[in-house]
Amino acid sequence: MPAVSKGDGMRGLAVFISDIRNCKSKEAEIKRINKELANIRSKFKGDKALDGYSKKKYVCKLLFIFLLGHDIDFGHMEAVNLLSSNKYTEKQIGYLFISVLVNSNSELIRLINNAIKNDLSSRNPTFMCLALHCIANVGSREMAEAFAGEIPRILVAGDTMDSVKQSAALCLLRLYKASPDLVLMGEWTSRVVHLLNDQHMGVVTAAISLITCLSSKNPDEFKTCVSLAVSRLSRIVSSASTDLQDYTYYFVPAPWLSCKLLRLLQCYPPPEDGAVKGRLVECLETILNKAQEPPKSKKVQHSNAKNAILFEAISLIIHYDSEPNLLVRACNQLGQFLQHRETNLRYLALESMCTLASSEFSHEAVKTHIETVINALKTERDVSVRQRAADLLYAMCDRSNAKQIVAEMLSYLETADYSIREEMVLKVAILAEKYAVDYSWYVDTILNLIRIAGDYVSEEVWYRVIQIVINRDDVQGYAAKTVFEALQAPACHENMVKVGGYILGEFGNLIAGDPRSSPLVQFNLLHSKFHLCSVPTRALLLSAYIKFINLFPETKATIQEVLRSDSQIRNSDVELQQRAVEYLKLSSIASTDVLATVLEEMPPFPERESSILAKLKKKKGPGAVTVELEDGKERGELNGGGDRGGDAAIAASNASTPSPSADLLGLRSTAPVSGTTPSAGSLLVDVFSEAGPSATSAGVNDDGFLSSAPPTVASEDPAPPLPESDELLNKFVCKNNGVLFENQLLQIGIKSEYRQNLGRMYLFYGNKTSVQFVSFNTTVSCPGELQSQLNVQTKTVEPLVEGGAQVQQVINIECLTDFIDAPLLNIKFRYGGALQNISLKLPVTINKFFQPTEMAAADFFQRWKQLSQPQQEAQKIFKASHGMDTEVLKAKLLGLGTALLENVDPNPENYVCAGVIQTKAQQVGCLLRLEPNAQAQMYRLTLRSSKDTVSQRVCDLLAEQF
Amino acid sequence: MIKAILIFNNHGKPRLSKFYEHYSEDTEQQIIRETFHLVSKRDENVCNFLEGGMLIGGSENKLIYRHYATLYFVFCVDSSESELGILDLIQVFVETLDKCFENVCELDLIFHVDKVHNILAEMVMGGMVLETNMNEIITQVDAQNKMEKSEVRL
Repeated sequence: MPAVSKGDGMRGLAVFISDIRNCKSKEAEIKRINKELANIRSKFKGDKALDGYSKKKYVCKLLFIFLLGHDIDFGHMEAVNLLSSNKYTEKQIGYLFISVLVNSNSELIRLINNAIKNDLSSRNPTFMCLALHCIANVGSREMAEAFAGEIPRILVAGDTMDSVKQSAALCLLRLYKASPDLVLMGEWTSRVVHLLNDQHMGVVTAAISLITCLSSKNPDEFKTCVSLAVSRLSRIVSSASTDLQDYTYYFVPAPWLSCKLLRLLQCYPPPEDGAVKGRLVECLETILNKAQEPPKSKKVQHSNAKNAILFEAISLIIHYDSEPNLLVRACNQLGQFLQHRETNLRYLALESMCTLASSEFSHEAVKTHIETVINALKTERDVSVRQRAADLLYAMCDRSNAKQIVAEMLSYLETADYSIREEMVLKVAILAEKYAVDYSWYVDTILNLIRIAGDYVSEEVWYRVIQIVINRDDVQGYAAKTVFEALQAPACHENMVKVGGYILGEFGNLIAGDPRSSPLVQFNLLHSKFHLCSVPTRALLLSAYIKFINLFPETKATIQEVLRSDSQIRNSDVELQQRAVEYLKLSSIASTDVLATVLEEMPPFPERESSILAKLKKKKGPGAVTVELEDGKERGELNGGGDRGGDAAIAASNASTPSPSADLLGLRSTAPVSGTTPSAGSLLVDVFSEAGPSATSAGVNDDGFLSSAPPTVASEDPAPPLPESDELLNKFVCKNNGVLFENQLLQIGIKSEYRQNLGRMYLFYGNKTSVQFVSFNTTVSCPGELQSQLNVQTKTVEPLVEGGAQVQQVINIECLTDFIDAPLLNIKFRYGGALQNISLKLPVTINKFFQPTEMAAADFFQRWKQLSQPQQEAQKIFKASHGMDTEVLKAKLLGLGTALLENVDPNPENYVCAGVIQTKAQQVGCLLRLEPNAQAQMYRLTLRSSKDTVSQRVCDLLAEQF
Repeated sequence: MIKAILIFNNHGKPRLSKFYEHYSEDTEQQIIRETFHLVSKRDENVCNFLEGGMLIGGSENKLIYRHYATLYFVFCVDSSESELGILDLIQVFVETLDKCFENVCELDLIFHVDKVHNILAEMVMGGMVLETNMNEIITQVDAQNKMEKSEVRL
């Protein structure tokens, strides 16, 4: 007879579940569930006492609703009441409700504890088991305080039923894990250890988990368990396949218990007692022998169970690492599994061999399987298995096979799964460095790495190759020649250009003797890549150019011409512009000696831990990286290539403002790439990351994993705008593109364009984590009177943002009439369960709708006079908060959207501008005059327009910019 | 230690979720979705083990799963458990369900979620294995059913 007959289900429950299953939409489902919740709530609240059957039915409904992902915030009290019932049915359902829905912080714990206390002393084994289960499920400290003294007594008492003993053992284990200080084994230790001898295999099965945990924490107190475990294991291993009756699983005697016994032994070194050790070795040999016997059944369960024991035995042999004979047998057995037709076995064999590879006895034996492992990397269908193969190759690598393994990993990289590429790149880079006999091979390998998987080569990797080339003069010439050749490729990765720029800038002279790589050829090659590169790389190339002027005086004229061209010296990016200006000046005024000192070759980098290794450790968690670099002795922070001392003297761009084009869409903030001052890109990021809110990232630690503390749940209403959102808004008054916001999770980039009274803004939401954002939702709202001043239309974005992905949102804006406030942008999403709720001001300001107006001096002053009514003018006098550099000021005024009028103001120090603000309702002419006073570091700003509100607003906005 | 036991169907609908470590309800739902996402995209006949999703501890934990007809049975475990052992445990669980429900199918799990919880509780407690012997488990479940029946008759 089946244990659950199908007819005896609860009809009301079945009807409810069927209703839910028939719901056509999510809305209908939610409606049905809410109806049911209301019904149950009223039943629970009602005066009529419910019978056990009804209570059980309602609790089952609640469980079903909970499983669908809905919060249940009532019924707890009813469940607690059920616990004190004398009926099994009611008690059982009460405990079930509590085990699923009550967490350890509940206020009900004291009531629950009372019920548990009664059941534990009831001497009814079923009730006792229910109570023990409940303790194990909730496992709170309060429960440990109440029961930690009682449970060991139940566990070892002579008259306790076997099933209760089993539950008591695991219950105690749970309490020990949660509150080890409260569980004092002391007097019980020996009796608990002797449970290993219990006649009932189920009791041993449960007790061994407890003993293993206690042994790993207090090995000395429990070390008597070793001999007991060995004799138990020996009895199982040598028993005939039918001796253990019900504990024989598909012809294998007690496989689960055998595995657990072998695990317990891994808490200890090999037994010292010769007899015990002999018996254990015998067991291990028997297990290895059995692997070679023909199977007793063709069922996969039979071989699974047998191999589960075998793998644990091999783990123990590897753990002991002292029996060369067993180690070699283990290695051979794993070798067989490497070619087994069962994928599971190949996977486990690769994994076990990884640990075997670090044993000195078996390292050589593992190496003999290299061809099989390489083959696995190439041909396995399952990415999990390929990953294990890559791990094993990494572990078995030494000086003798490094070239082969690195070559195979490189060729695998060309087709590797995206998910493991970055890790593969790090591994290749580490092996190449660690086992490099000649550094030319190392340089070749890294450049190949960049060629094959440039996108996955992190900064650490290319910084490292540069550090090594700088530090080893025997490889510099070769490196220069190789990068020169690599750069010949019509399309090469930007990382290659970075390495090439840096190395040729330092050591280009070493290959300049060959007319095919003369200084000018080198320069032209680098410069041919310039226009394809991002700003940080361009900045690095500019530094390479100035280094060229020092290395090769004959290139000076050509390079100066490049620096002098408008695209450099008037570049819209401040960092590039500044470098061009300063390098040009430096090259024209400094004497050869000064130049040679300033642009001297880079001094060697101090030896630190390889930054790549640090990165791999961070990726895989500590302990996962077994290969240590020979020269990596010190633990240092990431060894960024940013600390270039050589050109410290040249750049002094303290006053540089964020550039509009800097690495807008890149999710990775670029670390200092070149030069001592941060590049424009990183400056930008710094500014914003400081301003980024910390409140929204609660519950997220550095690794981006969820911390164990549940994050505080934020409100569903749009959050008020961040306090710094005005500041963020101000950054975009004179520019249209850049990073609006950034925190640990999210980066928001903006690109926008305006024409007449219309604007279009592209928002780029980048997920910086590796976990997807769900329920991602953004809204743009116009508070108050802004609603009638601006017309903003957005397209909704997909609710799911994958880890590392970026989604784009287009916003169309129409300016109806002039306005003061900015629209609000609210972003909500869930990250690891925590609601993130961020509000920002969208940088739409009235000046975006300026049309520049050119006019002659006479016209300007005529109109200026026409706008002479007091309310038409707004004026501010304020102190300069940035440098008063002419070019910077001009760039900002142009960025404002007005025309900058030359030769209008009689005082050449002053600036005047004119423009018309285009709104749907009207056009507002606007004139501006900015008078700097360099001595006092002050400005006077005057605005005149046909509308008083516009004058005031533009004046306010612009005053924040200088 | 077993961190979680999840059963969901081919469309990702959860049929049983039992967590042995505390997570918020939201996170539990996300873990179920993430796990479904990881497991369901895998071909048949690849291996039954993979690294856990980010939410449940990443590469510290393994997902060990079996796919039966319309249902996925997934155990999330830490490194102290034997992979093949857990695979056998899943088999014992399913065989036990099969005996208790007579040819178990997805509907049995839907309509008898309390029974499924009870059966599981006889096998796993607080994330550790309590009993692996199917006959012993069924005896316990039978005894409970008898008690239930006798109470109904009263």
